[in-house]
Amino acid sequence: MLQLRRSLALLRGETGNQRARTGSTFPFLDSADSSSGLVLQSQSTDVYQNLALEDWIDAHVDLQRRGILLLWRNRPAVVIGRHQNPWSECNLPAMRKMGIALARRRSGGGTVFHDHGNLNMTFFASKKAYDRKRNLKVVTEALRRLRPNLDIRATDRFDILLNGHYKISGTASRLSRKSSYHHCTLLHSADRSALSTVLRPSCPGIQSNATPSIPSPVANLTDHAPSLVLEELLEALVQQYNTEFGFSSARTLVDPSDESAFTGVGAMAAELRSWDWTFGRTPKFRVETLLELRDEQPPARCSAQLQVEVKAGRVESCRLDVPASWMPLRLSGQLSDVLVGERFCPHRAAAAVTAMLRAEKGQFHSRLHNLCEAVLAVMG
Amino acid sequence: MAAVTRGSYIFVSRLLSQHLCRRSFRLQNFRSGRTLQPLTFRCSREPQVFSRRALHAASVCCGPVVQFKLSDIGEGIMEVTVKEWYVKEGDKVSQFDSICEVQSDKASVTITSRYDGVIKKLYYDVDATALVGKPLVDIETESSSEVIQEEDVVETPAMAREEHTHQEIKGHKTQATPAVRRLAMENNIKLSEVVGTGKDGRILKEDILNFLAKQTGAILPPAPVQEIQTPPPSPPSTAAPVGRPVSTTTVAKAPPPRATPVFTGKDVTEPVKGFHKAMVKTMTAALKIPHFGYCDEVDLSRLVALRTELKPIAESRGVKLSYMPFFIKAASLGLLHFPILNASVDEDCKNITYRASHNIGLAMDTNQGLLVPNVKNVQLLSVFEIAQELNRLQALGTAGQLSTAHLSGGTFTLSNIGSIGGTYAKPVILPPEVAIGALGKIQVLPRFGAGNQVVPAHIMKVSWSADHRVIDGATMCRFSNLWREYLENPASMVLDLK
Repeated sequence: MLQLRRSLALLRGETGNQRARTGSTFPFLDSADSSSGLVLQSQSTDVYQNLALEDWIDAHVDLQRRGILLLWRNRPAVVIGRHQNPWSECNLPAMRKMGIALARRRSGGGTVFHDHGNLNMTFFASKKAYDRKRNLKVVTEALRRLRPNLDIRATDRFDILLNGHYKISGTASRLSRKSSYHHCTLLHSADRSALSTVLRPSCPGIQSNATPSIPSPVANLTDHAPSLVLEELLEALVQQYNTEFGFSSARTLVDPSDESAFTGVGAMAAELRSWDWTFGRTPKFRVETLLELRDEQPPARCSAQLQVEVKAGRVESCRLDVPASWMPLRLSGQLSDVLVGERFCPHRAAAAVTAMLRAEKGQFHSRLHNLCEAVLAVMG
Repeated sequence: MAAVTRGSYIFVSRLLSQHLCRRSFRLQNFRSGRTLQPLTFRCSREPQVFSRRALHAASVCCGPVVQFKLSDIGEGIMEVTVKEWYVKEGDKVSQFDSICEVQSDKASVTITSRYDGVIKKLYYDVDATALVGKPLVDIETESSSEVIQEEDVVETPAMAREEHTHQEIKGHKTQATPAVRRLAMENNIKLSEVVGTGKDGRILKEDILNFLAKQTGAILPPAPVQEIQTPPPSPPSTAAPVGRPVSTTTVAKAPPPRATPVFTGKDVTEPVKGFHKAMVKTMTAALKIPHFGYCDEVDLSRLVALRTELKPIAESRGVKLSYMPFFIKAASLGLLHFPILNASVDEDCKNITYRASHNIGLAMDTNQGLLVPNVKNVQLLSVFEIAQELNRLQALGTAGQLSTAHLSGGTFTLSNIGSIGGTYAKPVILPPEVAIGALGKIQVLPRFGAGNQVVPAHIMKVSWSADHRVIDGATMCRFSNLWREYLENPASMVLDLK
């Protein structure tokens, strides 16, 4: 615990004003240690807490003369990049069934699947010291030392490939006014079948300018080096980090839910959990698809066209072209009308359409109900 | 705080007179972050009433437009994609405010403003490619020429000036933008005394204004006029010594003429959309139904005792047991005897359909609004199973994950408004149903028991509404009586449970 306090004192000491304001209780302040590194390992497996911790470090720690390496792992979750579209990147209904969370991170890049077999590393540095190649060198060198027989290489897209073919690591980063962080994944023993199930679009027909993910074949390190244990990997990474940057820090465990150590981190995590951040930040997009409607008794079929424009996660405009022979235009018009302004979310829309269905009795009720279900299925 | 003398307070009050502020503050709000120049201005001799509003900046005047170029991102990157704008043309920005988010090769970068000013032009649309070193936005900053014109001599207390130079000599690093520093200096405020509420303890304009308001509010006399008047025969509490600025509480005088607080709230109009629009339709259709109401009270004393007994058993099975499962089951038992209450009528009330399943809806207050999920086939479920289903629906409701399957197909509804409060209510029937009940809160009230003794009883009020086109008062009354009997004597439910 003293180790943790010393490390946190190092973090706090540099941010002069904050210390004065909050009346820091940390007795130890080593300001003479001008160029130092810190290696932190998160005790939490909650993706939102860990992302909030990254934000907190980026915002509150003076990185001008020091670097930090943060190691973390999450319970199963899908993490999309800052400017991506969750509907096109991942299968939201499947994730709901499997209890897999969705988070949007603040750095750019593509979509990744996190679970206990995937190790995340974040390299914090000043904007001037931002060097992704050097950070990846830490990872590749560490792996080479552990298993010299494996062919591990970093590409110019900052991926790490195993045997020249399988992607075992992806990268993303964020640059602020003075600081930067670069984080990357490392597939140690992730659940590949879950990964392939969730990393596909929720619904067809999405047209958007959001950053697309580039799919690549992946492999786990344990597929090719079955004896490699995670603990061994962590030790090697820390050692290589120290060697590369000339530091001498040991791993310190941190708890991202500790408000007293990280003031304001709870609020940051709450923001990351919110619908407004996760879905509401999606760049404007359009969905155009064909709906197949059918009656059972007597059997009948019909195709309807659906065009929805979604802005900030909400339906901006909705156009439903249902043949007038199937149901009065007034009814399909009412459905489109009720959806505008609601979140592009099957649950929010469900509340709206069931309320609308109550007001509509008559012979077209069941067809209208089917149409509603078909539209909601598009929403993921 | 102690260093500020009375003399400087009067100075401050004059500074803040409307006449001066409009001119001085207009100038200082928009300047590019360069050297700190003391702004001097004329000082009026007339005492003026302090008006807080004068501190707010007036409209922008023309200044030089600066082209803010996209700075180097690093790693030899020459172009980025603009992903999101945080400002639009005409917005005011301060130094360090975020302007936009750009993305380059998996790196997301926040571009912050280097100047205070007004955004005049955005050079790129969202998703356009921006080039490093080329202009990103145009910012209109303050004009330097106008400053020179306004330079007049003012009686600045020598001491205050020294304090400020001291500040700079010591190199005390208090974070504040140049505009904020100037505002502080003009009002003889030491930045070290102001509590900064911005990022990293940075001092913002608001912090200076709050600091000023606190100072002047505390010590500035209500009106200079009062000091000249002779105090009238004062009430017993004449503790106020002569010569000191009096506060309004100790002397009974007419309150000084103060600027009446102006309410600046505005009406906000927005369109009714989505779920709420659908509710408008539903409720309009609902109130076309001719409702009649019928109310009663139920003595739940025995049910309360029963539930207390059963609660731990349910908890051991992982289910939270409230009173609702009992109310729902009793309603279903009643509906078996009065199936017309579980029916629906068509558009013109030409046909009535007696529904076989008892899908009893439960009105739930969620953050989206009033949602009514229903428990399907209550006639087949035990009280425990109903409790389980309710737990599940409540969890889904809280998580905002109720689907159309949960929300549609209801045949009868109970609204437990009493859990929030209330006794009697006038519930509105949810089409296509024909009846609804609203349950008030359970209160302990005195009632006559056996032997004409007054005993405490757990009383709950229930208010039913039904469609008078197909239901008559007597039917509703008999159903309610039956329902009430089951609940007042829970043992009788055992006889009829299927």
